[in-house]
This record gives sequence, C-alpha cells and structure tokens, in this order.
Amino acid sequence: MSGAARPPARTGGRDALVAAGLLLALWQGLHLYAGDAALASPAAALGALRQLAGTAAFWGHCAATAQAFAAALALSAAIGLALGLWLGLRRFAGEVAEPLLAGLYAIPKITLYPVILLVFGLGLGAKVAFGVIHGFVPIALFTLGAVKSLDPVLLRTARALRLSRAQTVRFVLAPAALPEIVAGLRVGFSLTLLGVLIGEMFASQAGLGFLIVNGTALHNVRLTTAVILTVVVLAVGANAALLWLDRRYVRRG
Amino acid sequence: MSRSAAVAAARLALLAGAVLALELLCRAGVIQPLTLIPPSAMAAALAGLLWSGELNADLIHTGGAVAASLALAVGLGLPLGVAVHGLPRLRRALDPLLAAYYAVPTFVFYPLLVAILGLNQAPLIVLGTAFGLPAMMMATLNGLDRVPPVLLRTARVHRLGRLDTLASIVLPSAAPFLFTGCKLALAYAVIGIIAGEFILADAGLGHAISFAYDGFENRTMYAVMLLVLGLATGLNLLLHLWETRLMRRRARA
Repeated sequence: MSGAARPPARTGGRDALVAAGLLLALWQGLHLYAGDAALASPAAALGALRQLAGTAAFWGHCAATAQAFAAALALSAAIGLALGLWLGLRRFAGEVAEPLLAGLYAIPKITLYPVILLVFGLGLGAKVAFGVIHGFVPIALFTLGAVKSLDPVLLRTARALRLSRAQTVRFVLAPAALPEIVAGLRVGFSLTLLGVLIGEMFASQAGLGFLIVNGTALHNVRLTTAVILTVVVLAVGANAALLWLDRRYVRRG
Repeated sequence: MSRSAAVAAARLALLAGAVLALELLCRAGVIQPLTLIPPSAMAAALAGLLWSGELNADLIHTGGAVAASLALAVGLGLPLGVAVHGLPRLRRALDPLLAAYYAVPTFVFYPLLVAILGLNQAPLIVLGTAFGLPAMMMATLNGLDRVPPVLLRTARVHRLGRLDTLASIVLPSAAPFLFTGCKLALAYAVIGIIAGEFILADAGLGHAISFAYDGFENRTMYAVMLLVLGLATGLNLLLHLWETRLMRRRARA
C-alpha cells in the first residue's frame, strides 16, 4: 500500500468511531425509509440479538457454522498452499495452470452448487466443499505468485547448500514467501466464510446462513437483521485480527 | 514464442483431457446420470434450449442487470476513487473500511435488499454494484498512486488545468489499473447477480438453474450451468486478451 507515515493511533481510533457512527446512522436512515417490515432498526436488532443469545438453538447454529468453517478453512489452506507451492516450483506447470486458476476465481461458482449437493448430499459435507471451492483458489494464486517471484539466488543458495526439497520448502521458500502467503490466507479466509454461508443459505438446516434465509421466509425481519449483524461483526473482527497479526508478526521492521 | 505456444497447447490438452475423461466416465456409467450428465449431452441440451428461445428472457434479464451493475460500479467507483485520492485525510479514514469490505460476505444482505426494494431487478443490481464498486475504487486509487511525478510536473509546465490534467495525463497513465478495476467489477457483478438470482428471484439464468434443480430437470440444469460458466469464462478471456494487447502496445510505445 502507500508508503506514507503511519497515522498516529489516536486518529485511527477516532476515525473508526466516526465510521461506525456513520454506518449506524445510515442503517437507522434506511430503517426509517424502508419501514419495520423490511429492515429492523439498530436498537431492535440489538434487542433481538440479546434475546437470541439466551437461546440454546442460536448457539447450536453458531457452532454448526463454526464447525463447517473450520473444516473448510483447514482444507482450503492445505489444498491452496500445496497447489501453490507445487505450481510455483514447477515453472511450466505453473504457467499452464495459472490462467485456469484465475478463470476459476472469476466465475460464479454458485452455479456449481447443485453438482456439489448431488455429490456430497445435504448437510456438512456440501457446506465444507462449497467453502473450499471458494477459498482454495486465492490461497493457491497468492502462494504461486509469491514462490514464482522469489529471488532466484535464494533457490540457488539452497541448492548449493544441498538442502533437500522438504528442507528448501521449510527453511527457504516458506519464510521468504510468508507475507504474500499470509495475504492470500486472509483473502481465502473471507471467501471460505462466504462459501460456507452461501452453502447454508440453500441447503442446510443449521448454521447462521440458514437462520438468515429462514428469518426471511418467516418474515421475521428482526431475526434476519440480528443474524446479519452477527455475521458482519464476526467477519470484520476476524479480518481486523488477521491484519493486526500480519502487521505485528509478519511485516515487522 | 515457442514456449508460450507449448504452454497454451498443454493448457488446451489439459482441458480437453478433463472433458474427455468426464465424458467417458459418464458414458461408462461410473458417474450416474442422476449426478452428472456427459458434457456432450449438456452441449446438446444447451443448443436445444438456445434454439427454442426458451432462455432468451432469462438471458436478457441477467445481461441487463450485469450491464447496469457494471455501469454503476465503474461510473461511481472511478469518480469516487479520484475524489478520495484528492483528499488524503478522508482516504486515511476510509482505508480500514476498504480493507474490511471484502471480508464481509456481501450476499447475506441480499434477503434484506429484496425486502427493501422488492423482488425485481433492483436488489440484484444493488448487490452487483455493491460487490464491484469498492474494487473499482481501490483500483483507481492504486492507479493514481502510480502516476509518475514527472508527468504531473510536465502538466504543470504546460499550465494544464485540474480537469485537463486529469483527462489527458492522469487517467491515461493509470489506464492499466483502471482496466483491472473494470475487469474485477465485471467479474464481481456476474458473481453477485447470478448468486442473487440463485438465492431468490423470479427470472434470470441463476434462477433457471435453481428452478431446474428443484424440478430434478438435470438436462436443463446442466445446460444452463454450461452456458453461465461458458459466458463468464468467455468474457474474462476476452478482457484478458484485450488487456495483454493494450499492455504490449504500451510497452512498444
């Protein structure tokens, strides 16, 4: 990003508060415009959320989403990293596969949903698979890019030191490509979450995505708004935490 | 040149091999026709559908929504990017918001949009625009950051006004980045709109797929799926080719 000096932390905090305030005002304004039947007010959504948090069913749905997401993220990361490393090291295979991966990234994968359902059946397997097909591509692309643009001197040094392939990956490639890989994991994290939630929106009887669609079907606007708020806060919070980790431990100095 | 030809040939062989393998597996009965029909049957079904004109209304519905979203995302994202680039204080405040934007699974808002705007093309267009606009904005900011200072100094030497500088120096110089932004906005508009149609709609290609899926009409479903994936891939490929040609001309100049 920009190489400008970091703004003092206090302005950053104030900006975040102002932004949050503006978003709340926008929400309230939309609520006034659209009416109670379409969008609950922030206060009503918070009330509904407090009510929800008191029910065991809500936590069950949260756990279902968390379980599917954790499995999907682990698989996305494993597949994406392995594929990216392999394609990055094999120049020819990388050149063959990169546009295919980029094409896969840009197509509406949601259309593949029926196939996934037919293969995996309703439930956890389909949700996880849907998260994985969304999440592994950016991780693979970022890793591939990082490995490919690595300084060739590093690899030559590894060869001169007679490192084995595993050692090269462990001690040379992984540390050198880490910042890019972490950026890829952050994008993969978001897209995996998106995939899992969309999966829950059609073909699941559990999870936060199911709650949103169910609330819409039952015209329970307060429920829908409260669950969407939960998802947004969780997603933004996780993203902020990942960004912080990235800045604190990966891009030091 | 021969190396890139070899890469292209290998890529084509890989794709053709995959399609052929699928065809053989389906024909041999390893994959049940209830799960997946052979690619040749998909193509035949698609040809039939296109020939009969059954899909025309859906094609126009989806195409119109995509065009409107793309126009809005680019038409609003570009000037917003230019404006924010000129206001560093605002930009610093927006940076964390933009960084968090794509972490939020935008589709969860779709049921709300339908509730506010009604079940028609409007919520789809808003979803597609909301998905693509920040990408266009970030691409614009990126491009404006990379305008060589010497060009700006030249503009000052020639006493160009603010708008003249923008129109004849800054935007042409940032063109590759703007092009990338348009490409992303298009991909995101397609993804957003097909997904929205898939979740909840009364027309469009996404709706046609989910409708056929619900009615167990595998042939229609796979035919429309093939059409959507083919159209999306074709569009991306076309833009990619155009981009490479622009880049080459720029490198020569």
